Amino acid sequence: MAKGEEKALRPKRAIERRGLAITGACVLLVAVLVLTLIFMVASRGLATFTTDGTPFASFMTGTTWNPHQNDANGIPLVGALPMIAGSFSVTLLSCLIALPFALGSAIFVVEVNPTFGTRVFQPLTELLVGIPSVVFGLVGLRIIVPWTRSWAGGTGYGILSGSIVLAFMILPTVTSLSIDAIRAVPQSYRDGSYGLGCTRWQTIAHVVLPSASSGILTAVILGMTRAFGEALAVQMVVGNAAQIPTSLTTPAATLTSVITTSMGNEAMGTVYNDVLWSLALVLLIMSLVFILIIHIIGRKGAPRG
Amino acid sequence: MTPINQGPVSTRPATGEGDAADLRSVILETRDVTVTYGTHEALHPTSLAFAAGEVTSLIGPSGCGKSTYLRSINLMNREIEGCKVGGQVIYRGQDVNAPGVDLFELRKHIGMVFQQPNPFHKSIYENVAFAPRRHGITKKSDLDQLVEESLRAAAIWDEVKDKLSESGFALSGGQQQRLCIARTLAMHPDIVLMDEPCSALDPISTFAVEETIRSMASRGICTIIVTHNMEQAARVSDRCAFFLLGEMVETGVTAEMFANPSDQRLDDYLTGRFG
Repeated sequence: MAKGEEKALRPKRAIERRGLAITGACVLLVAVLVLTLIFMVASRGLATFTTDGTPFASFMTGTTWNPHQNDANGIPLVGALPMIAGSFSVTLLSCLIALPFALGSAIFVVEVNPTFGTRVFQPLTELLVGIPSVVFGLVGLRIIVPWTRSWAGGTGYGILSGSIVLAFMILPTVTSLSIDAIRAVPQSYRDGSYGLGCTRWQTIAHVVLPSASSGILTAVILGMTRAFGEALAVQMVVGNAAQIPTSLTTPAATLTSVITTSMGNEAMGTVYNDVLWSLALVLLIMSLVFILIIHIIGRKGAPRG
Repeated sequence: MTPINQGPVSTRPATGEGDAADLRSVILETRDVTVTYGTHEALHPTSLAFAAGEVTSLIGPSGCGKSTYLRSINLMNREIEGCKVGGQVIYRGQDVNAPGVDLFELRKHIGMVFQQPNPFHKSIYENVAFAPRRHGITKKSDLDQLVEESLRAAAIWDEVKDKLSESGFALSGGQQQRLCIARTLAMHPDIVLMDEPCSALDPISTFAVEETIRSMASRGICTIIVTHNMEQAARVSDRCAFFLLGEMVETGVTAEMFANPSDQRLDDYLTGRFG
């Protein structure tokens, strides 16, 4: 290499090094943030079991939530099962409510009327994503709660109302990801089915949906992740009673709703505060599990041909 | 919905063709079939007749309208938005390019094999049993028999008989294409349309598919195959039709056409002066 050429390259290399340093620092910052966040929640959450002396089993399976008091053996009454049950109930039920609508509209958008779908429907669902959760909560409080009370009985506050509000909130996520999944099915599959004399419905039910199933499952689990972590809107309609839910219409509580209602009132280092961190840790672990499941599905569904 | 005619094929001279002398049992005929996308006529009026047990190849350069023509026979073009098929497609004496004709019923009799092998994301068995299941065959023993018979007819049975429950994607490209042929044969079609079935395959797989096509013809199936490969057209087809720029230029018996092209454009194409 000529000497002049080498000289001309040098400043370029310096720029590249600087670029590497800047982008690398960004990556490092994000990675450190994520890891310290997990570490912090874990260390605080585990304090309940290490310093406060609560057995892990009584936290996970206990049904009495009253962290200010101790039971006969001097162990704090921090049974988290009511909240864990509440969180899973609203999550599963909201997905059950949202899925048929999401799937139905996704099929309409991709298979029936793509023009309307991309021009009108998708912008509309994106609008739904942008609505703040407090607005959903307010609508839930003023409309969903009285409505469920009118036909399901009870106070109207409870898992049912929470699930309906959550279903609205996760609908756009599940819908748009289902649209992507159905759209990703190669046209040649549909051609093959039509070429065999299958009707549109047979093609959708037996070729398109089975081929899109891993993508649809991912959509559902991402919706579940969102539902599981949503706090404000749920807290406004769920009733906030830390008891094992016996019916869909009795007041209940979720992990998130208990954290948001209590965190501001309890001093750092108290048993109550520690155990709220433990609830947060449960939330965090569940989110990680959901994301892990999505990755596993992604890897399994990848060789689609 | 008008039911699809199950009547016998007519034995009469082929219309719109030069060699009207030979009597062929015409099963399918197109009369002035056109295909338009919006205002663009992709296929000018085309009239051809096809007989049972005969292999016809449609040849011509890319974009000449041969695939478009093929896809208008089973009215697959109707699945494309903005596409219109004009003229008459006469299957067993009935015009099927008419309102009220049950397309899905028609496609049970006119099967189709595509350019890219497109097995479903299912097991080999389920790929073949797919169409019969949708069309009402549910008995396990009937399906078993149909699957074996179809795989044998597509000359792939010996290669897959021990792994029927494995995914269709586990097969090689050539095997996948023969699986797609088996899937089509499971409907017992009268006519099989093939859109460049070997363009994605290696020579050995191509040979296997060509063998399959010949054996289908010997069992009375009318096969219409689009191909870019002149040698393939010469090897497998009894008759041939040459398309250019959306127009059907010349048709006749393959051997005669290749030896003695009457149209200058076909002569040019065969000698490689264009295309």
